[in-house]
Amino acid sequence: MMPSIVLTGQDLAIASVLILLDGAISVAYRLGLHRQLAIAAGRMVLQLLLIGAILTRVFDAAFPPLTLLVILAMVALAGREVAVRPEQRLIRMGNYTVGAAAVAFATGITSILALTTALRPQPWYDARYAIPLAGIVLGNVLNAASLALDALLGSVVREKAAIEAQLCLGATNRQAMGRLLRAAMRRGLLPVVNSMSASGVVTLPGIMTGQILAGLDPMEAVKYQILLMFLLSGGAGLAVVAVVFLAARRLTDARHRLRLDRLARAGPR
Amino acid sequence: MTQERLRIQAMRSSLVGPFDLSVAAGECIAISGASGSGKSLFLRMVADLDPNTGAVFLDGRERGSFAAPAWRRQVIYVPAESGWWSEAVADHFSDLAAARVLAARLDLKPELLDGPVLRLSTGEKQRLALVRSLLPASPVLLLDEPTAALDETSQGHAEALLRERLQAGTAILMVTHRSDQAARLSRRRFVMAQGRLTPA
Repeated sequence: MMPSIVLTGQDLAIASVLILLDGAISVAYRLGLHRQLAIAAGRMVLQLLLIGAILTRVFDAAFPPLTLLVILAMVALAGREVAVRPEQRLIRMGNYTVGAAAVAFATGITSILALTTALRPQPWYDARYAIPLAGIVLGNVLNAASLALDALLGSVVREKAAIEAQLCLGATNRQAMGRLLRAAMRRGLLPVVNSMSASGVVTLPGIMTGQILAGLDPMEAVKYQILLMFLLSGGAGLAVVAVVFLAARRLTDARHRLRLDRLARAGPR
Repeated sequence: MTQERLRIQAMRSSLVGPFDLSVAAGECIAISGASGSGKSLFLRMVADLDPNTGAVFLDGRERGSFAAPAWRRQVIYVPAESGWWSEAVADHFSDLAAARVLAARLDLKPELLDGPVLRLSTGEKQRLALVRSLLPASPVLLLDEPTAALDETSQGHAEALLRERLQAGTAILMVTHRSDQAARLSRRRFVMAQGRLTPA
C-alpha cells in the first residue's frame, strides 16, 4: 500500500476558502443562502469532528455492547429520517416504527452477512468494520425505504377511489393494493439500479475515491466497491419490501378495508 | 314477496347511527338528506368499508361469518364517484361480453369499452361503474346517487335496468336527491339527518 497523504489543519483551512467563495456568490447574486451556508458548513465540520472523536473512543474500547449501542443509535436516526420524508404520516408514530423496523432489518441482515462471509475481520463484530459498514448500508437503505414509503403513502391517498372500487367488487386488500405496492417498491429500488449502472462510468463512487486517495491500489478499491454495491442493492431490496409490507398492513385491516383514517398529513415542520 | 333479504341491527360507527332497517327481497329503499348527513357513510358501513359495530344479515346469515371480500361480492356498493384502477376501460370488467350488452342498454357507445378511461365523460364513467357492479347479479345493491350525472333518457334506461333487478329479487338501498326517482322505484323512503334514518 502506498503511504497515505496526511492532511493538516492548514490544508483544510485553505480548502475552506471555497465555502467563502460560495458565500460571496450568494451575496453577489442575492441568493440569500450565505447564512444557511455558513451554518451548514459549521454543522458539517462539528458533526464530523464529533463523530471522529466518538469513533476513536469506540474503536479503542473494543467493547461489543458499546458497538451495538452506536449502531442502534444510527438505526434510530435513520428510522426517523425515513419517517419524516413522506407528506403523509401513519398515526401513532407508525412512520417511525415502520421506518426503524425496515431499516434495522435490512441493515442487520446485509451487514452481518458481509462481516461474516466477505470481510471476516477478527472478531467479525470488530467495531472498526461493523460501524462504518453499518453506516454506509444504512445511508443507502434509508434512501430506498423513504422513497418507497413516500410513494406508497402518497399513492394510496391519491388512488383511494381506485382501491375502494376494487374492494367494492370483492377484491382482497392484497389484490386492490398490489399495483401500488409494486410501484412503491420499484420507486425505492430505482436509485440503486441507477447508481450501479452509472458507477465507474458517470461517477467514481465516493468510497472508492476515498480509498484511492488514501493510497489503496485501484483494483483493490474496485473490489471493495463491487462488494459494497452488492450489499447496498441487497439492503435496499430488503428495506423496500419490509417498509412497503409493514406500512400496507397498517393501511388495511382484517375486514379488507382501506384505513385512510390511520393516515394524517404532516403538520408544518 | 315479503322474504327478508337484508337486516341491519344497531349498526353504528363513531360518527353515525345507530341504524335499524329491514329490506325485503325485491324492495328498493330510497334515502335522501342534506350532504354531510351521513348517507354515504351509511352505505359504506353496510358494505363493511368503514369500521362499524352492530349486526347486518344477508338472507339470515350474519355478516361476520362471511370473509369481507365475499360479503362485498353479495352486497355491492356503488359510490357516487367511480374509481378506475387501470388505463384500459376493458380491464375493469370480468365479463366483457356481458358488459357490452348492459352498456348498450345504458346508451353507451360500444367502442367506449375498448378505449382508455381517460376519454370517458363523467356520465359515461357513472354508467360504466353501474354496469361493472350489475354484472355479478348480487342479491343486494347499495347505490349512491346512481344517476346523478345522467340525462333524462339515460336515467330512464338505468331505472328500467334496476327495476328488472328488483323483480329478480335484488334488494336496493339507494341514495337519491330526485324525489321523482325515489317515487318511481321505491315504496319506502327515508331521510338521513344528523346521522340517523327516519321514515319520510
